[in-house]
Amino acid sequence: MIELRHISKKYKDFTLDNISFSVDSGDYFVLLGESGAGKSLILEIIAGLIVPDKGEITLDGRNITNQKIQKRNIGLVFQDYTVFPHLTVKNNIAYPLKSRKFNKIAINRKIDELAEKTGIGHLLERRPDTLSGGELQRVALARTLALEPGCLLLDEPLASLDVQLRDGLRSLLRKINNEGITIVHVTHDYEEAIALADKVGIIHNGKIVQIGSPKEVFHKPKSKFIASFTGIKNFYNAVIKSDDIIILENKVKMEHALGKTQGSGFVMFRSEDIVISKSKIDSSMCNNFQGVVLDMIPTKRGMEVIVDIGIKISALITQKSADKYNLSQKCNVWLSIKSLAVKYIENY
Amino acid sequence: MKSNFNTLNLILIFLGGMALLFIVAPLLGMFLNTSSAEIIETTKDKEVQKSIWLTLSISFVSTITFAIAAIPLSYLLARRNFPAKRLVLGIIDLPIVIPHSAAGIAILGFISRDSVIGKIAAGFGLNLVGNPAGIAIAMAFVSIPFLLNAARDGFAAVPERLEKAALNLGASPARVFFTISLPLASRSIVSGLILMFARGMSEFGAVVIVAYHPMITPVLIYERFGAFGLSYARPVSVVFILVCLIFFVLLRMLVNENHKK
Repeated sequence: MIELRHISKKYKDFTLDNISFSVDSGDYFVLLGESGAGKSLILEIIAGLIVPDKGEITLDGRNITNQKIQKRNIGLVFQDYTVFPHLTVKNNIAYPLKSRKFNKIAINRKIDELAEKTGIGHLLERRPDTLSGGELQRVALARTLALEPGCLLLDEPLASLDVQLRDGLRSLLRKINNEGITIVHVTHDYEEAIALADKVGIIHNGKIVQIGSPKEVFHKPKSKFIASFTGIKNFYNAVIKSDDIIILENKVKMEHALGKTQGSGFVMFRSEDIVISKSKIDSSMCNNFQGVVLDMIPTKRGMEVIVDIGIKISALITQKSADKYNLSQKCNVWLSIKSLAVKYIENY
Repeated sequence: MKSNFNTLNLILIFLGGMALLFIVAPLLGMFLNTSSAEIIETTKDKEVQKSIWLTLSISFVSTITFAIAAIPLSYLLARRNFPAKRLVLGIIDLPIVIPHSAAGIAILGFISRDSVIGKIAAGFGLNLVGNPAGIAIAMAFVSIPFLLNAARDGFAAVPERLEKAALNLGASPARVFFTISLPLASRSIVSGLILMFARGMSEFGAVVIVAYHPMITPVLIYERFGAFGLSYARPVSVVFILVCLIFFVLLRMLVNENHKK
C-alpha cells in the first residue's frame, strides 16, 4: 500500500496543500485534475524527484519520504516518455537491470518477457528516434516494469496517443494492474478515470477535493468544480422554496424530491437524463418545460441539443433520435426531467 | 523597398567578403610565396619534425590530462547553482582575455622552483620550467576555457528529466553521469577537446616564457624568424599550418563518423 499523509510543497508559484490519500496494494488509483492542478508534482514527490516541505510518504509501511530516488522501488513513466535517445530499445529496457547488476542471461530473459507483454518484440534493435509516440510509451512502460516496482506511477500515459493506440494501451495497463501492480495514474481525462480506476481522486489548485469510487465521484460530485470538470453541463444556482419546489437561477421553477424544505446551493442533472419530445408527453415525469432549440452539436456519443427554457439546458440524444424528430435550430421542443435525476449540492 | 533590400544585400556581401579576405589573404600570400621545394625540404628538417611532434604530443597529453578535471567542473556549472557561480564563470573566461605573455609570467611564478608546485616537482627530480610538463601547463592554461564552455553547453543541453528518469530506474548518480549525461553531451565535449587541442598547440606567448627549450613549433618559427628572417620562418609556418589543418579535419571527420554510428 502506498500512502501520502499531509504532503505540502511550495514549488515555484504553485502550492500543493495537505495532500493525503492511500492506495491499497494492487489497486488502480486515478488522480484527475486540470492542467496545472498539481498532478505531476504529486507523482514527482512520490518518486522522490522533488522533496516535499511537509508530510510523509509510506510504501508498504516503510517511510520513504527522504529515501534516495534510486532506492525507492517506485517506477515513474513520464508524460514525455524520457526514453534514452542514445540507446536502442533493448538497451533502454536493460538499463534498470544493469543498474541492479543482473547477469546477461537474466537481462535477456527479462527483456524478452517484457517485450512480449508490451508488444514491442519487433522493435528491440530500433533506436528511439525511429519510433512513434505509442511505441515510445510502450518502451517506457517496459523499461519501468523491468524494475518490478512496488508502485507504478503513470503521468498522463494516454494523453498524446490516438484513439486506437489509446484503447490498446488502456487494456495493457489494466492487464498489468491485474497482475497485482499498484498503479497511480494522473490524467485530465475523466473517461480514462472511469475506464481504469478502482478509486478516483480529484485535484484542484493543489488540493485533493474528493476521493471515492468512480461512481461516487461522478454521480455524487461534491463541488461545482467537480461537476463541471467531469462533464456535467447542467449546473445551476438554486434556491429551495418548499418541500417540492426549487428555483433555478431565479428563473425556472422545478419540482424536486430532495427531502428538503429550504436552502440554497447548486442543482445539476446529466444531459443524458433529459427526454426531448416535439409535444408535451404524458408520463410520470413532473418536470416538463417548453423551449427553443438554440444549437445542436454533434459529439462522440450522439447529438448535444442546447435548449432555452429561460435558462440554457443541455440534452444529449442519439443521432437517430435527432433525425427521427427532425430537430433543428429554432424549433420548439419539450424537455422532461425526472425529479430523481436532479442532484442538489448545498452551498456551505 | 526591393531596391533598398538589394543595396543592403550588396553592402553585406561586400563587407562580408572583406572580412573573409582579411583571414584568407595573409595565409594565401604565405602559401603562394613558398615553393614546393622549400616545403619538401622543411618537412625533411629533423629539427622541424621534432618540434612538430613535440607540439602535437604535448598539446594532446595536456588536453586529455586537464579534461579529467575540466569535464566534471563543466557538469557542475551546467547542473548546480551555488553562491559564487557567476564569479566562477568569469574566472573560466579569464585566460581568453588576459595577454598570453602575462599568462606566461603568471604560470612561471606558479611552477618555478620557489613555488609550492615547483618544490613538489623538484622533490621528484623534475624542474617544470623548460620542461614539456611546464609547456603542457602553459598550453592548458590558455586553452582550457574552450573545453569548459563547450562541455558546459553540452551538459546544459541534456534534458534533466533523462537524468531523473535514470535515477528513478535505480541508477546511482555516478552511473547516470557516465551512461546518460556524458554520452549525450559527448558531441559538445569532443568539439571542446578538439578546440582545446588546437588552441594549445598554436600557443606561443605563454609557452615561450615558461620554456624556450624544448622548442615547440610556434617558438621555432619565432626563432627562425629572429635569427634568419622571413624566408626561413615561412616554410616552417606553412608546414605547421598544413599539419594543424590535417589534424583538425581528421579529428572532425572521426567525430562525425562516430556520431553517425
